[in-house]
Amino acid sequence: MKLSTLLTLVLALAVMTAPVSASAAGKTLDIVKKRGNLRCQVGTPSGGFYNLDAKGNWYGLDVAVCQAVAAAIFGDKNKLEIQSVSSQARFTALANGESDLLCRTATWTMSRDTQLGLDFLTPDFYDGQGFTVPKNSGITSALQLKGAKVCVTSGTTSELNLTDFSRVNNLHIDIVTFEDWNVRDDTYLKGGCDAVTGDKSSMAANIASFPKPADHMILPETISKEPLGPAVRHGDNEWSDIVRWSVFAMINAEELGVTSANVDKMRASSKNVDVRRMLGVEGNLNEGLGLSKDWAYNIIKQVGNYSEIYEQYIGSGKGALGIQRKGTLNELWSNGGLMYSPPMR
Amino acid sequence: MAFSEKTKKSMNTKPKEPFDFFHDERVRSIFYQLLFAAAVGWFAWYLISNTAQNLEARGMNTGFGFLNVSAGFDSYFKLIPNEPGVGTYGRIFIIGALNTLYVSALAVIASTLLGFFIGVLRLSNNWLVSKVALAYVEIFRNTPLLIQVIFWYIGVFSLLPRVKNSIDLSAGAEIFLLNNRGLYTPWPVPGDLLWMTGLAFIVAIIAVIIFKRWARNRQDRTGQTFPTFILSAALLVLLPGTVYLITGMPLGWDIPKLEGFNFAGGASLPPSFIALLVALSIYHAAHMAETVRAGVLSVSRGQYDAARALGLRGKKVMSLVIIPQAMPAIVPPMISNWMSAVKNSSLAIAIGYPDLVSLFMQTSLNQAGYAVELVGMTMAFYMFISLTISWLLNIYNKRVQLVER
Repeated sequence: MKLSTLLTLVLALAVMTAPVSASAAGKTLDIVKKRGNLRCQVGTPSGGFYNLDAKGNWYGLDVAVCQAVAAAIFGDKNKLEIQSVSSQARFTALANGESDLLCRTATWTMSRDTQLGLDFLTPDFYDGQGFTVPKNSGITSALQLKGAKVCVTSGTTSELNLTDFSRVNNLHIDIVTFEDWNVRDDTYLKGGCDAVTGDKSSMAANIASFPKPADHMILPETISKEPLGPAVRHGDNEWSDIVRWSVFAMINAEELGVTSANVDKMRASSKNVDVRRMLGVEGNLNEGLGLSKDWAYNIIKQVGNYSEIYEQYIGSGKGALGIQRKGTLNELWSNGGLMYSPPMR
Repeated sequence: MAFSEKTKKSMNTKPKEPFDFFHDERVRSIFYQLLFAAAVGWFAWYLISNTAQNLEARGMNTGFGFLNVSAGFDSYFKLIPNEPGVGTYGRIFIIGALNTLYVSALAVIASTLLGFFIGVLRLSNNWLVSKVALAYVEIFRNTPLLIQVIFWYIGVFSLLPRVKNSIDLSAGAEIFLLNNRGLYTPWPVPGDLLWMTGLAFIVAIIAVIIFKRWARNRQDRTGQTFPTFILSAALLVLLPGTVYLITGMPLGWDIPKLEGFNFAGGASLPPSFIALLVALSIYHAAHMAETVRAGVLSVSRGQYDAARALGLRGKKVMSLVIIPQAMPAIVPPMISNWMSAVKNSSLAIAIGYPDLVSLFMQTSLNQAGYAVELVGMTMAFYMFISLTISWLLNIYNKRVQLVER
């Protein structure tokens, strides 16, 4: 081996061992545009929020939020890849760039928002935790569950809330955890636990799937606040803006009375400046987001406003969960709820 | 043919080469080894630093400080006390690790015993017995363990009667109860003088060891055997039993009673635990049985015939000639079977038994983050256990290897 060869090798080694910095995460919007579709993460199929129809298409409230973001970016709600990820891997899959967006009934909590490298944006559904019990058990209040066995999905806020609830009320509840909610429900139905707990909306969906839904009921107590909404990776503010305002656009559209049915007419002839600004007829709201002028129009035209998606998947629509919106936190602020969009101007 | 004097000389002695640093074989081999070590080292360093940088860049928490933070959740099955919601993640790790060790230790013992039994049945001359053993082995060895675990849980143990109609395993005494929430058994409550019974038991064991030594020496000297078994058994039962009676039976039992929704008191094992234990034991027993069969068959027929020719009877042929020679062939695959049993216990997650993976990698990961640390600690735990098993059994294996003369 010649000295020069040796030197070359040593140099090559030196180059290889030089610090390799993590490639900058890049702007999510650019990556999504370049790829040509949006990767939106949901969980394993669950009624109302993300479910599969007979043809294998995803539908539900959370899926509608994914579609809204895709429509805002591409003008086509179908430029979307739905990723169904186990709850174990959900936050990691978002943090490492596998998913662009997570929208899967994940509860917005402070520790998740500040410690996992994610940002929750705005709730698209306000839920609360409740208990399902068999009607013939004679239980009418969660406080009667002293010493009972309660089934819960592991790794959820429900598990933590249940632990707190039992501790604070001195109930000594025997908490049985399951990774798979099918096994959890199966255990409950065979009498392996006295009650099953989770978000009330998902309890309603589960009861509907039981062999005899009329034999089960949800107890009146709501033991927690569960704001559910989309989350993105921490640090890409432009991307956060796009997702957040896609949700706000649907809420704002409901407030302004713009629906998927009348949006064309509204864009052509509405005199309301708020509507004109939102739909891109006036002003430059789109510029801050880096999207085209008709981003909000595309959301409303293709996906609908908040009331439409709520009724279709959660409320009174065919195959929906049948959860009344009236009187809940999910009403518009003007009707006494918490759904509120900052002004679009 | 006329070689000069000089040429002749150089043909006889090896020519002395000058030491050439760049063409020397030893230098070259050391150089390549160094190069390889550097490459491996660089790769490891790259992985670690890259991970650290990426975690930093994504604003994810790192470090092991979280182990001292209270976890906010609890395990419904645990061997050490834990105050729900107050116990730390470190404690959750220990609870999970103990749960894993508990179920896998019992599974290892049960599968080894059952495996030996089935393996011997498999070699039986009785056609029916050997075919039944064969069917057992083939069914349980050739279906995925995960499916078996779920089958035992959903198909068997959750179909047991509800609490109010529990099956009474103690025939009316209502002390051993089985229902779809688990197995309820009495739990001993030791009294003040119980230590004396324990002491008597230890004394009895020591006495039996000394007695056996004496009997063996006597046999070596005189050639006469002495019936040690009955005497040893009597010693082990009678001595502690007498002390127990004299000290006034200082042992109470906490018996499970139906209170509200569930049985309270006594000890209970959840159905997920029983299902996992049964699935692991039966699956690994099938593997064990094949190992045992292969080991016994590896001993040549001549050994058997020779032992018979010396006048040994069937049982003694097995215990003195065949099994000692089969052990060297049985132990190495048995080691890997035991290690698999420990690792396979992580399938607990499918049926909700709170083992290490379920508590630490599922629940803790979702609540606290720290993915790299959590997964690393879990992997380190399984590796530590596997290496320990392998190390202990290798020591044993060295002892049972044939001493060649």
